[in-house]
Parts: sequence; C-alpha cells; structure tokens
Amino acid sequence: MSVAASLEPAAFEPPVFVSLDGVTHAYGTSGGVPAVEGLTLAVRKGEFAAVVGPSGCGKSTLMKLATGLQFPRAGTIMVAGEAVKRPVKISGMAFQAPTLLPWRTVIENLMLPLEIVEPHRSRLRSNKAEYLARAEALLDQVGLRGMGAKFPWELSGGMQQRASLCRALIHEPELLMLDEPFGALDAFTREELWCVIRDLHARTGVTVILVTHDLREAAFLSDRVFCMSSRPGRIIAEAVIDLPRPRDIDVTYTPAFSEIVHELRAHIVHARSAA
Amino acid sequence: MNDRLVLRLAPWVFTLGFFIVWEIGCRATGVSSYILPRPTAIAEALWQYRGPLAVHSGHTLWMTTAGFILAVIFGLVLGMALGASRLVHAGSYPLLVGFNAIPKVAVVPILVIWFGVGWLPAVLTAFLISFFPIVVNVATGLATIEPEVEDVMRALGASKLDIILKVGVPRSLPYFFGSLKVAITLAYVGSVIAEYNASNFGIGNLMARASADFNVPLLFAALIALGVMGVMLYAVTAYVEARTTKWAQRSQFAAG
Repeated sequence: MSVAASLEPAAFEPPVFVSLDGVTHAYGTSGGVPAVEGLTLAVRKGEFAAVVGPSGCGKSTLMKLATGLQFPRAGTIMVAGEAVKRPVKISGMAFQAPTLLPWRTVIENLMLPLEIVEPHRSRLRSNKAEYLARAEALLDQVGLRGMGAKFPWELSGGMQQRASLCRALIHEPELLMLDEPFGALDAFTREELWCVIRDLHARTGVTVILVTHDLREAAFLSDRVFCMSSRPGRIIAEAVIDLPRPRDIDVTYTPAFSEIVHELRAHIVHARSAA
Repeated sequence: MNDRLVLRLAPWVFTLGFFIVWEIGCRATGVSSYILPRPTAIAEALWQYRGPLAVHSGHTLWMTTAGFILAVIFGLVLGMALGASRLVHAGSYPLLVGFNAIPKVAVVPILVIWFGVGWLPAVLTAFLISFFPIVVNVATGLATIEPEVEDVMRALGASKLDIILKVGVPRSLPYFFGSLKVAITLAYVGSVIAEYNASNFGIGNLMARASADFNVPLLFAALIALGVMGVMLYAVTAYVEARTTKWAQRSQFAAG
C-alpha cells in the first residue's frame, strides 16, 4: 500500500499520538450517507501527516473528530493516550480562511488562545511581557516582524495566513490541525508558506495533521500521506514519504518527487471513479 | 474649494436651502399661516416662546434619554440571550415581532391607567418603542459568528461564555451602534407621543396645547426644536460608534 516506502522499521518509532479506529460519523438525522465510515488511521508523535482526497470526502469531518468538536457515531478516537470525550485542548487549528478577529491587532489576535487555555489564562495578566515576547518571536519566525500593531485587514492574504499559523501555535500545542490553510493563496505565496510551516514543524516537533487536496503540498511537507475515498470517507491508501529532511523546495522538481505525486494521484483518481 | 470643505458645508447649505425654498413657496402662494407658516414666522415664534420651549424640550430630552438607556440595557440583555440560545430565539421571536407591530400610541392609555398621568408613561413609551431594533441587531451580530472562529475557540476549550465575550460581543458592536442611531430617534417619537396624550409637561404637551389654541407657528417651532434635538442625539451616537468600531468602518465605498 505504501508509495516509495522503506518498509524497514526505523531505529526509533515514536508512540502513536492520534489514532482513529473504525470511526463512522454522520451529520444530522440518521439515515443520510455518513461523512466518514470505518475510518482508521494512526499518526505518530512529532509526525507530519497529510490527508488527501477528493472534495467532499469528509476531510474536514476528520479534523473535527480528531479535535473533539464532533463525536463519532461509532469507533474510538484517541489523542495523546486519552479517548476524546470533549474538545482537545492541546490542539491548535488553522483554516483556509485566516479567521482573525478584525477588531484585534495582529498581536492581540495571537494572544487570544492564551486568554482561553490554561495555564496561560491565569498567568497572562501577571506575565504579559513574557507572552508578548513569545508572540513577537513567533511573528519573527514567520516573517511578520514588526507587524504586530497592524490590524489583520491591513495585511495581505498571505500575511494574514502567517498570522493565523502563529495563533495556532502560540500556546505551544502538541497537535496542529491544518485544514487547507494554503488553499486560497497564490502559488508563490503558497510555496513560501510551505517552507514556513516546514521550519515551524522542524523547530517545535509538533504533531501536524494537514488536510489538503494539493498532492504536491502533501508530498513536500509530510512524513505520511493518507488517501481518502469519496463519501463516505475511508482511508484507501497510506504512503510513507521518505524524502530526507530538511527538504528544499527544489525537491519538488525531482523525478522521485514526481513519482510520489503520481502514485498519490492514481489513488485519488481511483477513489473518484469508484464514487 | 477642496472636496472636504464642500462636504463639511453641504449639510448647512442644504438645510438653509430647504428653508429658503419653503419661505419663497409660502410668499409666492400666499398660503395662510394657519395652514403652513413661513419659516420666518416660525423663527419669530421660536424666539417669542424660547423660555417654555427650552424648559419643555429639556424635560422631553430627559424622558427620551431615560427611556433610551432602559432600552439599551434591556435590548443588550435580550439580544444576547436571543443570539446565544436557539431555543430563546425560536421561542420569543414571534412574541417580539408581534409586540413591535403594535402602535405604541395605543399602549399609552394602558400605561396611564397603570401609572397615572406624568413622566413614567413617557419614559416607558420611549423604552417600548426603541428596544426592538437593539435586540434584533445584537442578536444578529451574535448569531452570525463564523463557524470556523467558533471551532478555533471551542478547540481551545473555550466555554460558551468565553466565545460570547471574546467574539460575540465585539463582533456585534457595529450592529449595536447602528441600531442605537435608529433607537434614539424612535425613543424621541415614543416620549413625544406619550407627552402629547398623557402629560402636563414636555414638548409633546406643549404641542397639544398649541394645537388646541390654533397657534400653528408655535406648533411648528416645537417641531423644529424636536428635529434639532433629534439630530444632536443622533450625532452623539454616531460619534460614539465611529470611536468604538473603527475596524468595521474601513470601507471606502461611502467615503468617495
């Protein structure tokens, strides 16, 4: 099932961090076609996983299930060794739309998770300077140095998306959920942001689940790619991307990379025709 | 002359022009001052009755402001309840719409039976007539939170109250202030209606007496006083709105 896979077990296999086992979920009243059915996947700690699939295959449902925003009809979901019974507070999220609050400046937007998540919530008032420094450092890392005082609507789409990534990371989550975060950007900005997220992942070691329909994006960023079938969504293929890290954007123009993308594409085409 | 100066002068020029056309129209047609007095005659009446007009206007201003403040408090609370809970929304909306459809002039006699003639019916009528737009707008602001923002908040473990305070309330502020501009003028209508029908005081009462005396210039002078106060109160709410919700007014659409 794996594409370009080395089936040799790695010397050190980190523990499974997120696992879905036989998960079925449907919206609204019962009887409709489930959004996902018998969904099973496992993501290891620190891994960068991507979920690709045809549109409407329940990728976003997968996000909501893994973060505890929705609860499945059947099956079990484990995050960090615990069954998901309520929203997982150790996650950060970013979407296709930056969803920054327009009445807050960029830096105030970054502070939002800290106003919610413990222990930061109770520490924030007395340790304001420390947190502000952390936010500034994060802005610096994504190339937004000095933009903190601006309002989101004063920034370009790409800059807003960078700020949105910062907001997802400010509380140092163990799990980063990205739902097509680069979908609305132009090709050059998108590649820039691939590198931003690549570096953030390398530096923090956060576990990432990226939902996307861009196969190049999935192949470039991930350690492991899950292909989903069309509705009701199931995992139909799992590919380990063993391109060495750190990866340069040039790697996307190599034959080995093209081959990976090609194979992924074959799975998606198969999934679409099966619908 | 530059554009900004033109825009600053425009309201004064338009208003002055309106009264000049009125004056010329009256003189040209020779219409009786019992039907439509000339602006100069109204100005004379304004000056002649400046004392009573000022006293009664001040009283009406009080009634209106009191009723308006009640409407803001009640409107905010009810609007937040409606926006936060689908059950409250579904359950109380028909009641609210039905109540809003009742002409408030029909409620004044009931208020008089309950509270007698005096200041209370005026305050309550101002309140009753002006809270509805506030409720609807605050509820709309809360109910239209983007689902993704809600997801971000909930995934962080935010409570419903957190979401309302951090997202809902700031988000509904532009709607709230927009509704205040409507509500303040409505509150005026309410207090004057009540004074006209059931009070011994206030500009509405002054108008009732003027119309009984066929003192048409005084009647119009009272209307002018009302109009001026209405514009002033509107300007105050518009100023507060512009100061507090700058982020929502970034469109260049109306500026050009």
